[in-house]
Amino acid sequence: MEFVGIMLQIFDATIRVSVPLLLACLAGLYSERAGVFDIGLEGKMLAGAFAGASAAAVSGSAWIGLAAAVLTAVFFALVHGFASITHRGNQIVSGVAINFIAAGSTIILGQAWFQQGGRTPSLSGEARFGAITLPGADALRDMPVLGPIYSELISGHSLLVYVAFLMVPFTWWVLFRTRFGLRLRAVGENPAAVDTAGISVAWLRYRAVIFTGVLSGLAGAYLSIAQNAGFVKDMTAGKGFIALAALIFAKWKPVPAMFACLLFGFLEAASIRFQGLPWPVIGRVPVQLINALPFILTVILLAGFIGKAIPPRAGGVPYVKER
Amino acid sequence: MSTPYAKLPGWADYGLIPIVNLLVAFLVAGVVVLLVGENPLSAAVILIDGAFGNGQNIAYTLYYATNFIFTGLAVAVAFHSGLFNIGGEGQAYIAGLGVALVCLTFDAILPWWLTFPLAIVAAAAVGALWALIPAYLQAKRGSHIVITTIMFNFIAASAMVYLLVDVLKPAGSMAPQTRDFLDGAQLPKMGWLLESLGLAVRSAPLNISFLLALLMAFAVWVLIWRTKLGYEMRTFGFSPKAARYAGISESRIIVVAMMISGGLAGMMALNPIMGDQHRVALDFVAGAGFVGIAVALMGRSHPAGIVPAAILFGVLYQGGAELAFEMPNISRDMIVIIQGLVILFAGALEHMFRAPIQAVFASFSPRSVGVAAPKGEGA
Repeated sequence: MEFVGIMLQIFDATIRVSVPLLLACLAGLYSERAGVFDIGLEGKMLAGAFAGASAAAVSGSAWIGLAAAVLTAVFFALVHGFASITHRGNQIVSGVAINFIAAGSTIILGQAWFQQGGRTPSLSGEARFGAITLPGADALRDMPVLGPIYSELISGHSLLVYVAFLMVPFTWWVLFRTRFGLRLRAVGENPAAVDTAGISVAWLRYRAVIFTGVLSGLAGAYLSIAQNAGFVKDMTAGKGFIALAALIFAKWKPVPAMFACLLFGFLEAASIRFQGLPWPVIGRVPVQLINALPFILTVILLAGFIGKAIPPRAGGVPYVKER
Repeated sequence: MSTPYAKLPGWADYGLIPIVNLLVAFLVAGVVVLLVGENPLSAAVILIDGAFGNGQNIAYTLYYATNFIFTGLAVAVAFHSGLFNIGGEGQAYIAGLGVALVCLTFDAILPWWLTFPLAIVAAAAVGALWALIPAYLQAKRGSHIVITTIMFNFIAASAMVYLLVDVLKPAGSMAPQTRDFLDGAQLPKMGWLLESLGLAVRSAPLNISFLLALLMAFAVWVLIWRTKLGYEMRTFGFSPKAARYAGISESRIIVVAMMISGGLAGMMALNPIMGDQHRVALDFVAGAGFVGIAVALMGRSHPAGIVPAAILFGVLYQGGAELAFEMPNISRDMIVIIQGLVILFAGALEHMFRAPIQAVFASFSPRSVGVAAPKGEGA
């Protein structure tokens, strides 16, 4: 029974650490499906986390924090769009720039505004998204098997966790069942065809990039005002890149993206749980190896040894209307 | 926006536009300084004084510039072949392992002038090998090199933490770093150069790897513009189709260019390890690999541009450290913002000011800006 308890704890932790990955991964999905590579997910998440925690600390409202996080991330997304759609700049370069600007300015502004060495004040009560107990969680707790799963694993997370998982079917529906989604995918594969049909390539890509901003803002807000009680400097710690890895791992599809994020989240949760302890079955594993595993797996996948990851065909290429 | 980018005179293309981009980057950085409640002009004065005020400051500025010359050249060599090596950070970090092995083996037996060449070879070899895997995967399996090099940065970081914590750390020590090197693995300082000009240098870590960096800048110029391989690399970077048609092997160029790039990035490890800290510690690269991207973009991938751009970033690092003392609201992270802004304006938005500048030129002398100039610079 103890084993089941430990596994429940790990799965519970998996859900919590997967959520920022999932939100960032879906964020990247919109942009990359529209043909705009985005390695600036990390920066947008970080900026969102900082803006969210700052606004929540000043206003005392988690909702105002959430709005600030989303607006800030959308602003950075628009900068990326301005550089890579309007000015046809290099999308990778632009993403790198956004990561640096976000990393530097969150620390400088955080120190100047709050004088706590880059932290924002600790949030509590209304300024955070607390856990939500789903109806019947307490009543069902004693039921065998399903009881603990429902009350421990599914119930008791913050609002943004449920939003993140609901975004998966929503994104699937948008991409594969709406006219907008069809055009979005088309613009990532063959923008000239979309242009010929009389649809603005730039406007479509801008809308995709704004979606990316909104979702990466949610990811940042989750980090600083739901999972943690405030912003700490460099709190994304590479999550934006793990999300990017998950996106490739999922071959740019929403439902596999969720499973990829859960897998990478599970690795992280398990490595925290088993830190310094021997793992079941495999024995002692250096924690650094587990930390590097998402990246190693992605490289192996990219190399084409476990299926082939084919990116959207027009990805990374600025669209030039024929002259 | 759909007019082709016409040809500007060389000095405008390589001088005016980069300076305009840089000025805009600094203007935006000035706004950030205003936001934190300091005066941007006095910040700039402190920064310049902190970088050039006395001999020691100049020596520190050049010490930092050494790192950025190596990483800037690394990014530039890949750029010329149409590749984006974002993995300089990881290649330099893992190259520290090569330097460590040479230094720990020979520091008691050999003098520095024998250890140094061995360490150069080891650093370049390890850096090149770390770049070889992404290069091979790009050349043979079509994996996107940007993504794989990013992933390799993280893998390098994890590997080095593991090695320093569990393998290289001497028994009984708490800090995750190697033992201190003996005299045989310590590079001579270059303070005498500035002292001969009458400047007091004291303990600044400027060392002879600065000369190695300048030598490498020259070597890269020779490679890119004076050798067959360099010509092939530029051809491939300019038009992979034309290169293929001319019988240039795609995989060979990708692999060779990336290995040269990784080797240059790897040599960066020599400067802090053998020249300053005399041991391998966690995170000794400290972002220099990423600064290389900004340096290469600003220097337009030409060694003659990269060296001044690297010195500019040396100024920002050293001056920024002094600035942090004087203005408590501004820490060294200000440099990270400036770096990001330089990458944004000199890299991603490099064409933004081109059209207005061309319009100005055209209004002066329409002939100097023949709009559909046949020799238009494509990239």
